[in-house]
Amino acid sequence: MTDLSRRKLIIGGLAATAGVSGLGLAARIARRYGLIPPDHGGIYGLGETLTYASQRLLTRHSLAREFHPSQISKRPLANEIPPLNEAFKRLQAGGFADWRLSVNGMVDRPASFSLAQLRSYPSRSQITQLQCEEGWSYIAEWIGVPLSHVLEVVGIHSQARFVVYFSIDPNWWESIDMADALHPQTFLTYGMNGNELPVGNGGPLRMRLPRQLGYKSVKFITNLTVTDSLKSFGKGLGSASPETGYAWYAGI
Amino acid sequence: MARLESVQVPLGACVPSSAAPVTTVTSRHSALVRVTHWITTLCFLALLVSGVEIVISHPRFYWGETGNVLTTPLFKLPIPSSRALVPTGYGYVLPDQNGWSRYLHFQAAWVVVLTGLLYIVSALFTGHLRKNLLPGKPDRSLRAFSTAIAHHLRFERPSEAEAWSYNMLQRLTYLFVIFILFPLVIWTGLAMSPAFVSAVPATVTLLGGQQSARTIHFFVSLALLLFVLVHVVMVCLAGFRSRMRAMITGRAGTHMERT
Repeated sequence: MTDLSRRKLIIGGLAATAGVSGLGLAARIARRYGLIPPDHGGIYGLGETLTYASQRLLTRHSLAREFHPSQISKRPLANEIPPLNEAFKRLQAGGFADWRLSVNGMVDRPASFSLAQLRSYPSRSQITQLQCEEGWSYIAEWIGVPLSHVLEVVGIHSQARFVVYFSIDPNWWESIDMADALHPQTFLTYGMNGNELPVGNGGPLRMRLPRQLGYKSVKFITNLTVTDSLKSFGKGLGSASPETGYAWYAGI
Repeated sequence: MARLESVQVPLGACVPSSAAPVTTVTSRHSALVRVTHWITTLCFLALLVSGVEIVISHPRFYWGETGNVLTTPLFKLPIPSSRALVPTGYGYVLPDQNGWSRYLHFQAAWVVVLTGLLYIVSALFTGHLRKNLLPGKPDRSLRAFSTAIAHHLRFERPSEAEAWSYNMLQRLTYLFVIFILFPLVIWTGLAMSPAFVSAVPATVTLLGGQQSARTIHFFVSLALLLFVLVHVVMVCLAGFRSRMRAMITGRAGTHMERT
């Protein structure tokens, strides 16, 4: 029995050492290639990191499914939104003529765009699904300017790693990595199904990224900040979602 | 040394009951089977609780690509919801528990998938699959199958041999759970991931759409829950203490204790 225990002990020890050093190496490589999400701390960090890292490797350039116009949902569901604040109501009264999107942070030319300026850029459309974390979904045609185009206009620094985006509602902000920010289907959306984007669906300006759940597609966007670190934003967890208990990465 | 090792290996179904040691304590389940069993148990409970919480936020099910409160559901669960948007007929809204539920659901999914892979690979290499899961040669007939079902329906106490390995119905059930239900629940789960299906669209198109995937995921989960409930009932009928000890310590106990 002693022989057996000793052998088991040695094998177990070697396995544990290999496992720990393997994990250490994996963590270093993961950090080096940006495979660790900002909300990796805490008891659910393991699952979040595995999901984010594996999907970053698998989906860096993949395109969300696009649908046939006949598949567009007849009534695009406008989900509940928090009560709109005074600033929004004032801009709405003016037909959103004074709506501005400011872009700052690690950019060569910080800028502030009007909706008319954004509309003057090459317009793109996608018929994609909006999928809520609750389980429901709808398909719509989303019209807007690719975020990558706006980032090209302002000129992002080479060390930029994230784009943080803010709603006019100060409690509502999110961020995405550069793989998603430069993805061809990530739009600053101002139109839907051939018309202007209704307020209920996020008008006049909504971030839209079809490869993540709906809560990453923040409504009423007024500001973009390009950064290399998310530590100084809110509680440093990447966005408002982890602060209320929801995952930062929502590709599932 | 060799004698000791042979004790560690779970005995196959071919071992006649008379050959089973009467007083020697013998390994019923290998350490790997025991560890993966209990990790899977914990993950299943976590997935069940968190899955229920997630369903509560939208207890309606659809077929096809899309579905929401403006479209006709396939069916609705007669329960209140944690979202005011969902018309349930109840005058109140439950608290939102989706945040931690989603974190826990995906974490438990990762752990159970990795545990399952470890189990499958080891089952292939140690012969656990061939010896303990695939039905033995004499059992591969309709007559053996119907006899086994008849025994079960009469709630007969398990034979002596079953204290050492699984009977045919157990084997078929475990094979069904391991090779049909688990892969299906993983597949339908992945089909709901907008990022994963962007890389592998067939995951969702083969199922007829993302809402179909969600509905199938729900029913496969129900089937897994049914399996767990029946499994626990069978363990109780077969002798809760001895079966629990076998799965915790690996010891099947003595002949006297088993009867």
